[in-house]
Amino acid sequence: MNVSPAVDIDGLVKRYGHTTAVDGLSVRFPAGAVTAVLGPNGAGKTTTVEICEGLRRADSGRVRVLGRDPLRDGAVLRPRVGVMLQEGAGFYPGARAIDMLTHLARLHRTPLDADQLIERLGLRQSAGTPLRRLSGGQRQRVALAAALIGRPELVFLDEPTAGLDPHVRRATWDLISELRSDGVTVVLTTHLIDEAEQLADHVVIIDAGRLAVEGSPQELTAGVGDGVITFGGPPRLDLSSLRAALPETAEVREVTPGGYQVTASVDPHLLATLTSWCATHDILAEGLQVGRRSLEDIYLEATGRAR
Amino acid sequence: MTYSPAPGAASLPRMLVAQAAFEIKLLLRNGEQLLLTAVIPVVLLALLSAVPAFDTAGHERVDFLVPGIIALSVMSTAFTSLAIATGYERRYGALKRLAVSPLPRWALLAAKAIMVSVVEALQIALVCGLGLALGWRPEGSPVSVVILVVIGTAAFAGLGLLMAGTLRAEATLAAANLVYLLLLVLGGVVIPFEQFPAAIRPVLESTPTGALADGLRSVLADGAGLPWRSCAVLIAWAVVGFAAAARWFRWE
Ligand SMILES: Nc1ncnc2c1ncn2[C@@H]1O[C@H](COP(=O)(O)OP(=O)(O)OP(=O)(O)O)[C@@H](O)[C@H]1O
Ligand SMILES: [Mg+2]
Repeated sequence: MNVSPAVDIDGLVKRYGHTTAVDGLSVRFPAGAVTAVLGPNGAGKTTTVEICEGLRRADSGRVRVLGRDPLRDGAVLRPRVGVMLQEGAGFYPGARAIDMLTHLARLHRTPLDADQLIERLGLRQSAGTPLRRLSGGQRQRVALAAALIGRPELVFLDEPTAGLDPHVRRATWDLISELRSDGVTVVLTTHLIDEAEQLADHVVIIDAGRLAVEGSPQELTAGVGDGVITFGGPPRLDLSSLRAALPETAEVREVTPGGYQVTASVDPHLLATLTSWCATHDILAEGLQVGRRSLEDIYLEATGRAR
Repeated sequence: MTYSPAPGAASLPRMLVAQAAFEIKLLLRNGEQLLLTAVIPVVLLALLSAVPAFDTAGHERVDFLVPGIIALSVMSTAFTSLAIATGYERRYGALKRLAVSPLPRWALLAAKAIMVSVVEALQIALVCGLGLALGWRPEGSPVSVVILVVIGTAAFAGLGLLMAGTLRAEATLAAANLVYLLLLVLGGVVIPFEQFPAAIRPVLESTPTGALADGLRSVLADGAGLPWRSCAVLIAWAVVGFAAAARWFRWE
């Protein structure tokens, strides 16, 4: 990205008592793009995002959102930044969706039309019900609408699709794509790898409050020597002779009973070595597939849960 | 529909009016809150004016009751309603959500103050209207009444916000209702302090409700000037309540 980033985080630290939630995180989220922040539960995603929103105070480090300090310049930033809190929190329990959105619209100069937004998010049926009686997924959608109502240039969406049914999730993905094409910068957190893969221009994986890896989905999955071959066979094969036959850098393991995976710099020669080993051992190698590492593989490795 | 960015806050007066109107609307729509703020005061005034349930310390029943019921109304809005509503707003993250909206925090507090004032004005109009229909003849200066109501409101609001900002929403609901009931009985609203044992009377008179009811009664029933003692008690509560709320209130 040649333009200045929408969010610039440098050496961010946040502690809660003895827990260090964010531990020296440095990362940038590009403007005009969708950034997906991934990481295990408790990795510090919400904490980081809420510091960017001006809701929490960093212990140290420097955070700039649209070039401004989220705490000091909150009054300038708040109209420009849309926020969806985790689990769709943040509503008046007795208000209806339409009341809540109409009210938030009144706090902005040129808001979207609350009715249209309700229609767009498929909330027509539930618009007249007090928010505390809506289902979790319906509430999430209201919270998403609330993040957009003020026509922000940057939105932070904390797990926008958690707990949504598959149809609504697709619809939400479409909406996020529309946001991007209309020029809104999106920062979202998610636990869904396919969501990040489909939506994000930029993926940031954090683990234990630190940056693990970042890059576009293509960059992350295109590393040299990062091919993967998967094949099926009888469970509990003795893999030592295969390891001996393959180059030293190759890794072989049984990921599920009878499901094998070779991670290596894959070339036709290596594939031939593998298949001839299979022939020697009378293994059919069902479902043999040559591919790149998936984003999921990258995630599992980056967050230390690979084995 | 396009989402192309067009950010900007509404003007401050617009935001303030919108926020206050929104909160008033939600309050008036809430059945339980209306019971506390409108139904109970009106029913008590009508019933107890008609039936000689308690001795009224030498006053006409309605003259004795109206000041007490005004104090009750102020408590119901500035303390009970405010505490319960704010407690649930905090619990459901409404306060956190507003903190990331263009509305400044002071404007949120100002909107709540407007909400409380508007509802109290409606209540007092209702109670005074009913009182006049029942033959109430007020004495004293309206200015003294306004001063008492304003500092009484501050005393209750500080305590209500303290409760809402520190306890769980359910605990706030229970405690705020309990306090309302206790002070309805013990706070000089409908039962004169003279009917309680002398030993606990100073305690009752030092509660915000006791001080406000007593002060309003001395103005409206006895035609006295601004009652300094009541004012001092209410100001003390206001200072303590707001200082503690400022110190311990948690927004989420
Ligand atoms: N208000 C708080 N007080 C104390 N500890 C907190 C608080 N908020 C978060 N934490 C701790 O900080 C760490 C990071 O939490 P955070 O909510 O940022 O994680 P997350 O990445 O958003 O997780 P999830 O995927 O589950 O939403 C966790 O260990 C959590 O227990
Ligand atoms: Mg989180």
